[in-house]
Amino acid sequence: MDALLSQYIDPYYLRILMLIGINIILALGLNLITGVTGQLSMGHAGFMSLGAYTSAILSMQLGCPFFLSLLAGAAMAALFGFFIGIPTLRLEGDYLAMVTIGFAEIIRVFFLNFEPGGKAVGMSGIPQNTTFLLVWTLVIIVVVLNAKLLNSRLGRAFYAIRENEIAAEASGINTTRLKVLAFTAGSFLAGLGGGLYAHYMYFIRPQDFGFMKSIELLNMVVLGGMGSIPGTILGSVILTLLPEMLRVVAEYRLLFYGALLVILMIFRPNGLLGDVRVYDIKKKFARKKVGSWQSSN
Amino acid sequence: MAVLQLEDITQEFGGLRALDLVNLAVDEQQIFGIIGPNGAGKTTLFNIITGIYRPTGGKVIFKDHLLNNMSPWNVARIGIGRTFQNIRLFNKLSVLDNVRVGSHGVGKSGFWGCILGLPGERREEKAIIEQTEKLLELVGLYDKRWEYADNLAYGEQRRLEIARAMALKPSLLLLDEPAAGMNSTEKTELMDLIWKIRNDMHLTILLVEHDMNLVMNICEEIAVLDYGRKIADGSPEEIKNDERVIQSYLGAEA
Repeated sequence: MDALLSQYIDPYYLRILMLIGINIILALGLNLITGVTGQLSMGHAGFMSLGAYTSAILSMQLGCPFFLSLLAGAAMAALFGFFIGIPTLRLEGDYLAMVTIGFAEIIRVFFLNFEPGGKAVGMSGIPQNTTFLLVWTLVIIVVVLNAKLLNSRLGRAFYAIRENEIAAEASGINTTRLKVLAFTAGSFLAGLGGGLYAHYMYFIRPQDFGFMKSIELLNMVVLGGMGSIPGTILGSVILTLLPEMLRVVAEYRLLFYGALLVILMIFRPNGLLGDVRVYDIKKKFARKKVGSWQSSN
Repeated sequence: MAVLQLEDITQEFGGLRALDLVNLAVDEQQIFGIIGPNGAGKTTLFNIITGIYRPTGGKVIFKDHLLNNMSPWNVARIGIGRTFQNIRLFNKLSVLDNVRVGSHGVGKSGFWGCILGLPGERREEKAIIEQTEKLLELVGLYDKRWEYADNLAYGEQRRLEIARAMALKPSLLLLDEPAAGMNSTEKTELMDLIWKIRNDMHLTILLVEHDMNLVMNICEEIAVLDYGRKIADGSPEEIKNDERVIQSYLGAEA
């Protein structure tokens, strides 16, 4: 499939399409934590690196089959998400942001000194098992399951925690437990994206997963629209393409990038797709069907 | 028999004693009112019952549960629903979803059920939708079910809070100033609604309210708080004629 694709599509574009897919998975994980449940996490890249390193070490040094190491990487990130979530999710807003930044830094420094991970040099020669087909199949699965989750008892509870925690508790929602659940599931997706990334890029270094990467992922969620799946997808697409398109302005790239973000936030403070949810689109159709009845009211 | 019993409830915030040895007994299917001037401790009392505050002293007993150290979500799950004085809706969720969230405490679907849409979860969702639509019809918000909660008028938001609390299928409903900000037509409708809820669904209702007309009309028993102390307790007639209540709250010429 990939060989076939590369005959018709320029490898450069194929590469961008792959990165878009991986970023969608990563950003949907962060959307679950920050966009939907409202817990500001600024260390998503830390969980991504856990997945990347775990899967790379397993498949390179222990000869694990690719799918197993990919899954193990995601599980490792989820495990850390779970144990870090329990004490920290009692914190709110700014404090949680600080703790997540700190955690991601600890992970980064750990890998800088981690012998099996090649220390600061990183790891290279990771088998390139991540295929176009695999990435986009996973994107579809993740989007479908995510959409199902958000339109269910637990998904609604996540949104309720974001909207008003006291009222959520008064509705019988165990907020601490559900925040940890959202954090764990989001970290799982970060680890999954990290594993895919490692097995696509051929080589990884600790600085690939620094603070800037976390902020880039957060930008995707915020730009697209907090809590919205279509929004997060759109945000991931735009923010993966934008740096590529700005290559023409060479060293002023980051300047333009920043300015565009500022402009977007001024005109669309709720993100491009605001709170559009898959389920809202369905709802629009439902409304059309009863349109005549509604206007008579 | 009393469903809800408060025994010698005391609440201190630093040096301030917000509630001082308050005793209350609310009978099954009663509409019970709490009145008193601002700062008398009415909302504090609600927050103690629903687990937001832990009382400094005394006991809160609901059926055979001791509520003193229960967390708010646990209190909700054993059947105590509430509304808030300063409205707390999920503003960026639809009216429908606000009520659906309300049923969280009585739902059972877990992570895998929700993510995979297992048969049990589907059945539950269907039942939730039916219940939600019934509740929205009851409070007269069915036609607005797709609106965001923060687009509703004030009186509508208050009714939505009641519907959300009802979604929990509570046996005790706490209403914190349900008529605040309503005009007289809305107040009359609210009275009918409260009666209807109690009579059709056999609930016990405890309410805090400043509108004397409403309180005297619908409550079967009233307790009066002043500076954290209960100064009177009885039927509306008794309260209207109580010397201390007239002095401290109702006003001399009433």
